[in-house]
Amino acid sequence: MLTIIIGIFEEGLAYAVLALGIYITYKILDFPDLSVDGTFPLGGAMTALLITAGVNPVLTLLLSFLTGAIAGIVTGIIHVKFKVRDLLSGIIVMTALYSINLRIAGSANVAIYSKESIFDNAFLNDLIPEGFRPYLVLAILLIIVVIMKVLLDQYLKTKSGYLLRAVGDNESVVTSLAKDKGVMKIIGLAIANAFVALAGGLFAQKNGYFDITIGTGALVTGVASVIIGTNLFRKLTFMKSTSAVVIGSILYKACVQMAISFGLRAQDQKLITSILFLIILITSNERKRRVKGHA
Amino acid sequence: MLRLIDINKYYNPGTVNEMCLFNGFNLNIDEEEFVSVVGSNGSGKTSMLNIICGSIPIDKGRIEINDIDITNMPEYKRQMRIGRVYQNPALGTCPNMTILENMSLADNKGNSFNLGRGTDKKRIELYKELLMKLGLGLEDKMDVTVGTLSGGQRQALALVMATMTPIEFLILDEHTAALDPKTAELIMELTDLIVREKRLTTIMVTHNLRYAVEYGNRLVMMHQGEIVVDKIGKEKEVLKVDDILDRFNEISIECGN
Repeated sequence: MLTIIIGIFEEGLAYAVLALGIYITYKILDFPDLSVDGTFPLGGAMTALLITAGVNPVLTLLLSFLTGAIAGIVTGIIHVKFKVRDLLSGIIVMTALYSINLRIAGSANVAIYSKESIFDNAFLNDLIPEGFRPYLVLAILLIIVVIMKVLLDQYLKTKSGYLLRAVGDNESVVTSLAKDKGVMKIIGLAIANAFVALAGGLFAQKNGYFDITIGTGALVTGVASVIIGTNLFRKLTFMKSTSAVVIGSILYKACVQMAISFGLRAQDQKLITSILFLIILITSNERKRRVKGHA
Repeated sequence: MLRLIDINKYYNPGTVNEMCLFNGFNLNIDEEEFVSVVGSNGSGKTSMLNIICGSIPIDKGRIEINDIDITNMPEYKRQMRIGRVYQNPALGTCPNMTILENMSLADNKGNSFNLGRGTDKKRIELYKELLMKLGLGLEDKMDVTVGTLSGGQRQALALVMATMTPIEFLILDEHTAALDPKTAELIMELTDLIVREKRLTTIMVTHNLRYAVEYGNRLVMMHQGEIVVDKIGKEKEVLKVDDILDRFNEISIECGN
């Protein structure tokens, strides 16, 4: 039982970084960014490539983060500069990334569990007592999630962060401030996809493999976590939305795990993910698209 | 100060619905003029504002501010020297951000939006003083999100935000039209106060003939993309609502309304 709970928390925390990224596009920018289905495995593919090549696991995460940012910038440029619809811009990048990810990783499935990772390396093995081992992955993930959450919180309090929120809230205010709203959207997409690629890297390092299919449903998982989190804790004003999103991610993974434990098989996971997402959408009244005019 | 020179603007060019709005339209506005613009629907008032701000492109002509050609300058760059208040109170503020956050944003106009703190705590007192002048009690609601305010409160805030930083030009696009008469009156008085205090060059489009006559030092009436009445200074002072109304009726009869 305890192992299952730890498993849920590990999974939930790894995906929490993804959810934080999607919080930026879905909640702040109001941009349905499907490129995350490509940037999540992009982070995984980068990790597979770099870890296999013997690069430091922490540096690997950083590089995954940066690659994700580049992918986000591409989505942003397609949307802003070439005026392609938001949904289509994401789909174009997602589809292109499928091939790019295969190129980076070398094949559709790469095992890296025998290599050193941030969760399993010589330094930690010397440092951490045997008794704490089962909680090690959880502890490391928790530290990373807290760091990323605080970074995002701090960013949103900066002038640039204010402007990012303004772009999603009311574009005409940004124009009145003599700022290019398109540039702000690109920055937002870059940050969001950087977070998502980092999550992909964490996922690959934690599970010890990269697989080309890990990105399928990334957006659904992320949006579901965001909606669960922000709706469940809406009344608690003292809680930051970013914290709510992290908890939402863990709760969502718990729901999926519960469904599996009721006799469904692992291959049903994406089906469960989808159905759960639909239930959440229906019950949370998120269906009606937010009015862009804000009248 | 502002010059619109020989502006041509067609809507739906090359189709059966082609409509010529401006054909060789000219307008000069001098420093510290407060121009009220009136005219029937479709006379080109809002199009003129959009052309000045760069929200819509023109087919021919030149736009100059202080002798600098801004015809091809993108919309957002022109806003550096322009403050604009829209008809819709929702357009001037961010609904999901607090009053304080909105004011911090407006206060930073013209500076870079970098990784510095979004809100400068030292400025909060100043923001409160600005809001205090409105007499709407907004200074006690700094942490309330703007979306929960009434239309009049939002419009007052939008007006303050648009004029917070040094601007040369204030553009008011029927900014009292969506408000109830009492609030509209209040916003109009505030506008006059701010324009006088900051000595702003102002263009105000309005459907309220009384406001057009009472406020400002120049009145322009537009009809089918042309200026049909243009009264400045002394001429404007003796103008009465009835004079304008008569001219308005003449135009309407010409159109067959």
